[in-house]
Amino acid sequence: MTPSDSDQVAATVYLRRPWGKWGLRTTAATYLGAMIVVPIMAILHSGLEEGLGRFWQSISEPIAVEALYLTLLTAAITTLINAFMGTMAAYVLVRHNFPGQRLLNALIDMPFAVPTLVTGVMLVVLYGPQGLFGQWLAPHGIEIVFAKPGIVLALLLVTYPFTVRSVQPVLLAMELDQEQAAYTLGASRWTAFWRIVFPSLLPAILTGSLLTFARAIGEFGSIVVVSGNIPGRTLTAPVHIFGLIESDNQKAASAISILLLGLSFSLVLIVDWLQRRKEAGRARV
Amino acid sequence: MPESEKQARTRGAEAGRFSLPVVLVLLYTAVLLLAPIVAITWGALSAGLGVAYQQLTSPDALHALKLTLILGVSASLLNAVLGLCTAWVLVRDKFRGQFFLNGLIDLPFAISPVIAGLMLILLFGRGGWFEALPRGLGTPIVFALPGMFLATVFVSLPFVVREVMPVLRHLGTEGEEAAYTLGASRWQTFWHITLPAIKWGLLYGVSLTFARALGEFGAVLVVGGGVSGMTETATLFIFRSMDDRNYAAAYSMALVLALISFALLMLIELSKSKLKQR
Repeated sequence: MTPSDSDQVAATVYLRRPWGKWGLRTTAATYLGAMIVVPIMAILHSGLEEGLGRFWQSISEPIAVEALYLTLLTAAITTLINAFMGTMAAYVLVRHNFPGQRLLNALIDMPFAVPTLVTGVMLVVLYGPQGLFGQWLAPHGIEIVFAKPGIVLALLLVTYPFTVRSVQPVLLAMELDQEQAAYTLGASRWTAFWRIVFPSLLPAILTGSLLTFARAIGEFGSIVVVSGNIPGRTLTAPVHIFGLIESDNQKAASAISILLLGLSFSLVLIVDWLQRRKEAGRARV
Repeated sequence: MPESEKQARTRGAEAGRFSLPVVLVLLYTAVLLLAPIVAITWGALSAGLGVAYQQLTSPDALHALKLTLILGVSASLLNAVLGLCTAWVLVRDKFRGQFFLNGLIDLPFAISPVIAGLMLILLFGRGGWFEALPRGLGTPIVFALPGMFLATVFVSLPFVVREVMPVLRHLGTEGEEAAYTLGASRWQTFWHITLPAIKWGLLYGVSLTFARALGEFGAVLVVGGGVSGMTETATLFIFRSMDDRNYAAAYSMALVLALISFALLMLIELSKSKLKQR
C-alpha cells in the first residue's frame, strides 16, 4: 500500500509530539511481543533444548506418529469436502434466489460464535450411543462418535465458514460480462462456471482451504468429547499433546507442538502472501 | 431464448429457486449446523425445564458461569484497548519492523489452544522462565485466574486488530486533519472524530473477541486445571459433567452457552451489516 499525501500530513500532525508516537509504538510492540513472541520462544526452547536427537525421538514415538497421521488425514478430508461444499454454498448465496437465503447466510457464521466444546457435545447428543440418530445408527454398524467419522464431522462443522467467507466476496465483486458472453455463445451453466467463474475463484478457494487446514490440525475442544481418544485409532495430535501435558511430559508435548506450529505458521504465511498478491493485482488494475 | 431471460439466468434470479445446488447446500447446512442445535435443545430440555434449572443453579454451575463472564469481559476489555492501539500503529504509523508486527497478529489463530496453554505453563509454571514472577507478585499464575486470563487474551487477540484495521484505513485522515487544524487535541480528535467513525468495526471485533473468550476451552483447561468451584469455567464445567456422566448438567450448560453465542451472533451480524452500509 502506498500512503497518500493526506496520510502523511496526518501522520506528521499526529506524530509531532514524540512521547505519543513512541508510547503507542511501544504499547503495540510490547503487547504483541509479550503475548505472542515470548510464548513461542518458550515452546521452541523447551522442545529443542535437549538437542535434535531428543526432539526426533519425541516426534517419532509410534503413538505420536499415529496421532499426527490421523490429524493430517482428517484435516485433509475436511479441507476437501469444505472446499467443495463451501464454494457451492458461496455460489448459491450470491447467484441464486431462494427462500431462507438470509437465514442460511447468518447460520454459516454460527461456528464462529458457538464454543467448539459445545459443538462436540451437540454431536454426541445427535450421534452418540444413546443419541437421537446414534441409537438408530448403531444397530446398523455405523459408528460416528468415538470413531474417525465423528472427528471429520466435528472438523467440518467448526471450519464451515472459512471457504464460504473467503469465496463469497470474490463472487460478489465479479463482473458478469464474460459469463454473459459465454451464455450468449450457448454455454451451459456448468460450462460457464467451470471455464469462467471457477478459475477466478481458485485463489479464494485456496485461501479458504489453507485456513481450514490450519484450523483443523489444531482443533481440540470439539474432538476431545467426540473422538473417544483411543491411542492409535482416534487420538489426534492436539489431544495427544494434552495427554502429554497432563502426564507432566512437557518436553515431548513441546516437540510435537513445534511440528504443528511449523506447519500451521507456514500455511498462514502462504495465505498472507496470496492476499498481498491479490491486493497488488487490484492496485495494478 | 429472449435476452432478458438469459440475463436473469446469468444472475440466477429466476433460474431454479430450488435447483440441485441450492437443495444440496440447504441439506448439507441443515445436517451439519441445524440438526446439532435442535439436538442440544432437545437434550437439555427433554428431562424438563425444572431439571435444567436445578442443574444450572447448583453452586458449581453458578461459579463456572461467573468465572466465564469475568474472563470474557476482562479479556475483551484488554484486547479492545490494546488492539485499538495496535491497529492504529499498524495503519497510521510508519517504522522499521512494522511488517513483522503485522505478521504476528494472525498467529494465535494458527496455534492450537492446547499449545497456547502449554506455552503459559512453560513460562510461568515449575521451572519456567518467569517462575519467580508469581512469587514476586504474591499470586499464583498457573492453575489460577491470572493464567486463565492470559490464555483467554491470547486466543482472542487477533479479532479487534483485524476488524479495526480495514475500517481505519478506509476512513482516511481528512476528518482527523480538519480537527487538528481547528486546534483539537489528539485525545479530543480521537474521542469525537475517530472513535465514532470506527465504532461498528470496533463492536464487530469486540463481539467476536467476547464470543471466542466465552467458548475457550483447551487453553484454560491446560492452564487452569479445571478445579470445580475454583478454576472451572462454563466450558470446563460441561467437560467435567460429560466425564461424570451427568448429562443433564452438561447439556443444560451447553444450551446456555449456545444461546449466549446466538445473541452474540446477532450482534456480530448487526455490526457487519452496519459496516457494509458505509
